[in-house]
Amino acid sequence: MIINHPLLGPRDAQEFTYLGDASLIDRPDWSAEDANEQYYGYAYLRDNPAGLHRELWFHEQGDRSWLVVTRNTLTHEITRVEFASHVARLAGRSR
Amino acid sequence: MNQPNRLAGGQIDRSKQLTFRFDGKAYAGHQGDTLASALLANNVRLMGRSFKYHRPRGAFTAGSEEPNALVELRSGARREPNTRATIAELFDGLEAQSQNRWPSLAFDAMGINDLFAPFLTAGFYYKTFMWPKAFWEKVYEPIIRRAAGLGRLSMQPDPDAYDKGFLHCDLLIVGSGPAGLAAALTAGRAGARIILADEDFALGGRLNAETFSLGDSDGPHWVAATLAELEAMPNVRIMPRTTIIGAFDHGICGAVERVSDHLLAPLPGKPRQILWRIYAKRTLLCAGATERPIAFGNNDRPGILLAGALRAYVNRWAVTPGKTAAIFTNNDDGLRTASDLMAKGVAVAAIIDTRSQGTRIEGTNHMFGARIVDTKGRLGLESIVVRRSDGQMQTIACTTLGVSGGWNPNVHLTGHQRGRPVWNDAIASFVPGECPPGLTVAGAANGQMSTAAALEGGAQQALILLNDLGFAASRPELPQAEDAEFRLSPFWHVPSGKARAWLDLQNDVTVKDVKQAHQENFRSVEHLKRYTTMGMATDQGKTSNISALAIMAELSGQSIPQTGTTIYRPPYTPVSIGVMAGRSTDGHFRPTRLTPSHKWAQEQGASFVETGMWLRAQWFPRPGETHWRESVDREVLATRGSVGICDVTTLGKIDIQGSDAATFINRVYCNGFAKLAVGKARYGLMLREDGMVMDDGTTARLAETHFVMTTTTVNAVAVYRHLEFCRQCLWPDLDVQLISTTEAWAQYAVAGPNARKLLQKLVDPAFDISNDAFPFMGCGEITICGGLRARLFRISFSGELAFEIAVPTRYGDALIRQLMEAGKEFDVTPYGTEALGVMRIEKGHAAGNELNGTTTAHNLGMGRMVSQTKDSIGAVLSRREGLMREDALRLVGFRPLNNQDPLKAGAHFIAGTNPEAATHDEGYMTSVAYSPNLGHAIGLGFLKDGGNRLGETLRAVNPLGGDSVAVEVVSPHFIDPQGERLRG
Repeated sequence: MIINHPLLGPRDAQEFTYLGDASLIDRPDWSAEDANEQYYGYAYLRDNPAGLHRELWFHEQGDRSWLVVTRNTLTHEITRVEFASHVARLAGRSR
Repeated sequence: MNQPNRLAGGQIDRSKQLTFRFDGKAYAGHQGDTLASALLANNVRLMGRSFKYHRPRGAFTAGSEEPNALVELRSGARREPNTRATIAELFDGLEAQSQNRWPSLAFDAMGINDLFAPFLTAGFYYKTFMWPKAFWEKVYEPIIRRAAGLGRLSMQPDPDAYDKGFLHCDLLIVGSGPAGLAAALTAGRAGARIILADEDFALGGRLNAETFSLGDSDGPHWVAATLAELEAMPNVRIMPRTTIIGAFDHGICGAVERVSDHLLAPLPGKPRQILWRIYAKRTLLCAGATERPIAFGNNDRPGILLAGALRAYVNRWAVTPGKTAAIFTNNDDGLRTASDLMAKGVAVAAIIDTRSQGTRIEGTNHMFGARIVDTKGRLGLESIVVRRSDGQMQTIACTTLGVSGGWNPNVHLTGHQRGRPVWNDAIASFVPGECPPGLTVAGAANGQMSTAAALEGGAQQALILLNDLGFAASRPELPQAEDAEFRLSPFWHVPSGKARAWLDLQNDVTVKDVKQAHQENFRSVEHLKRYTTMGMATDQGKTSNISALAIMAELSGQSIPQTGTTIYRPPYTPVSIGVMAGRSTDGHFRPTRLTPSHKWAQEQGASFVETGMWLRAQWFPRPGETHWRESVDREVLATRGSVGICDVTTLGKIDIQGSDAATFINRVYCNGFAKLAVGKARYGLMLREDGMVMDDGTTARLAETHFVMTTTTVNAVAVYRHLEFCRQCLWPDLDVQLISTTEAWAQYAVAGPNARKLLQKLVDPAFDISNDAFPFMGCGEITICGGLRARLFRISFSGELAFEIAVPTRYGDALIRQLMEAGKEFDVTPYGTEALGVMRIEKGHAAGNELNGTTTAHNLGMGRMVSQTKDSIGAVLSRREGLMREDALRLVGFRPLNNQDPLKAGAHFIAGTNPEAATHDEGYMTSVAYSPNLGHAIGLGFLKDGGNRLGETLRAVNPLGGDSVAVEVVSPHFIDPQGERLRG
């Protein structure tokens, strides 16, 4: 597979390490009333879609950036590649 | 030497005579021959025995689809089993052996299997050998394996090298027949970067095997002229002997180039084969078509070939398998073979044409509406039995027979991403359906069955692709070529009486086996395949699958497209494991990382151990020491008695800087770090988000905004990755930067009561390292040896007064030598990982054995370290009720009641007189060592509610070894429990 890195252009997937569902960006608030429940969902519950999947890849043998890759799990077609830090900021994460 | 079956003409170099041996006998052939063509030239039709029934078999094809003519090529360590004689290029001195026969190819004792054929039909191994159960492994399987088989491995290391490589191009053209060459001309002239790959050593595809004209030239001459033009183009890479084995994601194709397979041995410095990964913007599949047979009684004798293959032998290699031929066909292409044979002077006794009428070939007995029902000839074809259209039987003498049931487009690569081919009635075969993105098909592979259609198809597809890629291209002038109608009347098999009609020649599957699978309700193609083993041999059923589908369709009353095909998967043809491994063999399988003191340690005669990719000194034996324990005990005692040195460079080091560095570290460790003072280090415990312990280490604050974190050796990469995840994905606006500096610093532990005295000799006088100025857990940047920058950390894994000193890696070798020299007066002792392990167990420090991914801070007795008052990774889930149980496993120490007893890591604890059963399991031993300080074995382990059970006696049982040791539960801190030494 080839991942089209936003800065470095097309790179072979072998340079990357896979983590999984990009929902791992949405880490719950530790001080919430129902933090236990929220963390249970965050750590253990994942969707396993047949089709478009947003997932985290780490450019370990490259510039060490975490990317959110939108990949079709049926065809491996990659339709979008974004910096995870940008995605996180858009989701309201900051400090 | 005489080659009785050699004809005139052909594309062989008669000026170059090559000698070779087959089953020990010497023969001659020519440059340009394959092993199969050279054997046929020498009137050798019998080349092998079949897999199951040991039936005599000869070459059936002239290409990579060959099911029969498998041989062992070469000898000694280079002996390679199951090589197809039809694609093995002849070279001088070639040695080949037939396989799967005993004692000889002509007399094979295992041919007796053929008599037991009624017991060896489809699914026999599911039925026959089921009882008694114990017999399968000991009796049935060894016998079957010996009787049914292919070639033998050499059992020696492969002496040759294999490479991997990467190529990029605008257009990859797979196959160099008329379609591929027309496409290459179009794209090459347009300036596109193209790769033209063909599995054959001679490019041109079927054009080399045909006699019809191309313009005012013939096939081979047009091929030569076209290749000459392409070779002169710098943007064209021509790759003969290169098989495209698979079409993978995002336009990547795999290719195997057989660089040296056509030589006795690779030339110096050359690999045997190369596995290429080709990144192509577009791929054009011009793989041609494979002929399929018609099944009839005893259709497997040597001398019976596919008609197109027979024609290729006659035209390209100028050989005939026999002096008198016959043709069995359902289409016009089969008739071409008859004409070409006669043109070369080979007698054609008859054409048996399944069709009721058509264009009659003159000069032979062209029998319409006829069928072959049986054949004769023990080790090779002698005659055929024909049922004429009038119902009369006629025996016709012939020594070779060309069979044509039509041509199947080579759609394989189009299916590598689950695309399904679609049925085309006009050619009665499957043509490409949905293709992988970026891959298109032209020529016979696309169902364009005439030469003119293939040329035009190749050029037109190339124009479309070049337009996509933005190249200005024009259609090249293409030669006038045959454009015959593809006239075929589907005919799959001749219903015959008792004689078996073979479909899959390599796996010995017959029409009857397909019928049986149908009767027993294995009707889906995937079931048919697995029940009969149809198409599961090394040829993957290239010549047989479609015919079997057609017969299953006929039996089940469905159409062929309704019956469907099995899925095509890579590789297209068999690939050697050697080329898959490439250079990654033996020590090159993965890199070896050497510590800065490695050379010095080698000089000391150290014994080394692999820890991850690192090679670390395990112990340093001294003269007279005969057992590793002697060395390790000495190193431990010397360190605790005076001073020892250990290379700890392998621990991961992560440099963390930024105005938010402290905040960041405070969130990734579960214990507090926000208030760590500059010039201090602290132990940190890192959790995963699920609350389990991930790693531990010390982190030192060198400046307000600058920290250095250490990780365990094995987790260095994973922790770094995790920290980057936290930084980029969780808190993207924290001002913090990370970089791994593991290999930038050489680091040594200097431990023992004389550690400070030794270091003082090296540390520059400007730096005070007294206990007051540089207390336990102090750290700082210093200079040593007159100005060399260094970092000093007063941390201790051994429990002694200890420092870790780091210098830039290039000074690591010099520093160990300096330390050893300066330490002579203290009898300084280098120690390895074993002594390191003994001392940490004596101190009760957890390491990899305890941080095994299933343990929590609570299990380790560090539950109180998890801060309740801050956000940190894993804190919330670490507080789950189930993980915080009072009777949870707790890390404690163990000693044997009897000082002589050894302890075993992995032993489980059983209380009282309870039986050794999982229901009574109370925990397990994680680390054990012999403590030379205490004079007996000691252990660390997890025990239910262990903290409250000190003094209790248990059994540490090892049911696998059948032994059991009585142990006492003790504190895990065996030495200096108050920690006085390390603060001294």
